[in-house]
Amino acid sequence: MSPTSLEIHIRARLAEQATDHPILLMSHLVLGHPSLEENRRVIAAMADNGVDLMELQIPFSEPIADGPVIAQANQSALDHGFRVEEGLAFIGETVRRHPQIPFLIMTYFNILLARGVERFIRTAAELGVRGLIIPDLPPQEAAAAMAACREFGKGNLDWIQLLTPTSTDERLGYIGERAAGFCYCVARKGVTGKRTDFDASLRHFITRCRAVTSTPLAVGFGVKRPEDVDALRGVADIAVVGTAAMEHHAAGGAAAVGTFFGELSRGRRTAATV
Amino acid sequence: MQTGYFGEFGGAFIPEILHETFRRLTEAYETARADPAFWNEYLRLMENYSGRPTPLTFAENLSRRFDRRIYIKREDLNQTGAHKANNVMGQGLLMRRMGKTRAIAETGAGQHGMACATMAARMGFECTIYMGAEDVERQRSNVFWMERLGATVVPVTSGSRTLKDAVNEAMRDWVGSMDNTHYVLGTACGAHPFPAMVSWFQSIIGHEARQQILAAEGRLPTHVYACVGGGSNAMGIFQGFLDDPRVHLVGVEAGGKGLASGRHAARLASGTGVVGVAQGYKTFFLQNDDGQMLDTHSVAAGLDYVGVSPILAHLHASGRIRCEAASDREVLDALQLLMRQEGLIPALESSHAVAQAFKELPTLPPEAVVIINLSGRGDKDIFTIADALEDPGWRRYIRKKAAEYSVSEA
Ligand SMILES: Cc1ncc(COP(=O)(O)O)c(C=O)c1O
Repeated sequence: MSPTSLEIHIRARLAEQATDHPILLMSHLVLGHPSLEENRRVIAAMADNGVDLMELQIPFSEPIADGPVIAQANQSALDHGFRVEEGLAFIGETVRRHPQIPFLIMTYFNILLARGVERFIRTAAELGVRGLIIPDLPPQEAAAAMAACREFGKGNLDWIQLLTPTSTDERLGYIGERAAGFCYCVARKGVTGKRTDFDASLRHFITRCRAVTSTPLAVGFGVKRPEDVDALRGVADIAVVGTAAMEHHAAGGAAAVGTFFGELSRGRRTAATV
Repeated sequence: MQTGYFGEFGGAFIPEILHETFRRLTEAYETARADPAFWNEYLRLMENYSGRPTPLTFAENLSRRFDRRIYIKREDLNQTGAHKANNVMGQGLLMRRMGKTRAIAETGAGQHGMACATMAARMGFECTIYMGAEDVERQRSNVFWMERLGATVVPVTSGSRTLKDAVNEAMRDWVGSMDNTHYVLGTACGAHPFPAMVSWFQSIIGHEARQQILAAEGRLPTHVYACVGGGSNAMGIFQGFLDDPRVHLVGVEAGGKGLASGRHAARLASGTGVVGVAQGYKTFFLQNDDGQMLDTHSVAAGLDYVGVSPILAHLHASGRIRCEAASDREVLDALQLLMRQEGLIPALESSHAVAQAFKELPTLPPEAVVIINLSGRGDKDIFTIADALEDPGWRRYIRKKAAEYSVSEA
């Protein structure tokens, strides 16, 4: 498959960094937690501090692929009355406000089903969303959803595939064939939120991923410190930061999230301006 | 059509990281299922450890009262007092085959957790049970037994702090621990192969019941009643009669405070369940317009769940089974009638099947032969049942006991 507009954007952003080992940052946040108002501030702080792509999670009552911190955020958003319609309107507004940043929707399949899979995907395309990450819809079940992305997205809305270290090479190949935009590599066994050792096994896993897809690779789950981002240079193309940002938010609000991403991206920016 | 589907229901909607684990589990299950030696080993174990076959008791007094022939399948006589034993022992044997050494499970009321803890003790496995924090508070006696049996009980504080949250938490554990750990799912729900596998182990109920009723009556029953939580005991007994279209199969869900109140767990009988995907499978869920799962209610914790077996969903959609709901009130009345008439103490869950049978019996033809699946016994749930019956003597006793503890701890 020829590169989609998202992949082209990612490649261009990587090329802007004057270093042999460029890396982008993708942040994650749960809509409605603690409120859409606060989400707006956090997104602005992220955008001002070097975040390149953002994953906006539409909360679901049964978030089986999320760790305890994000699962709790899902529930608290729902307890505060989060509605999908409102969330989609917020996403539209956010995309318009930050046109330089590709936004992706992360959620669970039932949220799509409840609205109608095609209708949901058409809405996402209309809002200018660039990718969908649906961790409980495996590729063998996702043919119709992938087709809808192609039909309504016209090359601007990608169905993001997940690669995991437990998959066999055959399975990775099956998924890799369907990749568009970038692939989301789950860096460790286990759900989001615990420390990852960026060790030889990660390098080995990423090598296996590179063998099955030419799309950029995002490494998810467990990035907490600038060293973690540095450790991914030359390995992955995008570092995903989720739980750590939420912990900083809980401790010090949107400003703390901004400071945190500022630290994560500092090395890159100096490299880029040299 | 992909495997693991029953009509449009079922499937395996799982995070990619578990794909390989489910693939291996499916393989182990299919291999065991094709191997008669496995089933024989299972039958011997259940005979020796859980007193199988359980009797099909002729309910003499009730039969006289209703003027219809009524039989009761005695799953209450299993090890730990419920049909849950059939499933956990089967999965325990499968774990041995797969070389796993640690069992994890979700539990609502604690029934399945307790059954799983006994299995782990007997088979020498480590055991961790995930239980909603709210359920841990409500069901102290089962927590006590699980811990004494050597299991670690983890209170789950996410979500609504009940059964579905315990399922999600057990899945999270499994994602990080699959190398040595098997997730012993407690009912005929979840991603493939669980609905098929759990139903297979529970089919022991239906095989026995079929032989027993033929021996006793020389004919098949006209009606079979079973309560439906996730659907495992109902699947168990229904499988003895699925191919006999003249046998009416009736699944009884939790009517709670009444279907109109919205405080129930009747995913099929209420007509308000909507097809969706959650917790790894596609079925009817009680959910809102956004696709968020609703809170459910039942006097019986084991029926208080948002989803239902995809196999039952299919049998319901295709018209092979009929689904009804019994309210908390009807259930408490039925429980007392069964106790007084037959000296049997049913679990609150099982009492739903009893209640529905009592509602229908007067309208059945005189030659009707009815089987009620008594999925579990109630005496171990004395705290819940005494509470539900608002027994004054029991309240006095608890107050006195509490006073004694507060004196001795002061
Ligand atoms: C005695 C008893 N019956 C029925 C159930 C409901 O489960 P299922 O529908 O899987 O049989 C439970 C669940 O805990 C139970 O303990």
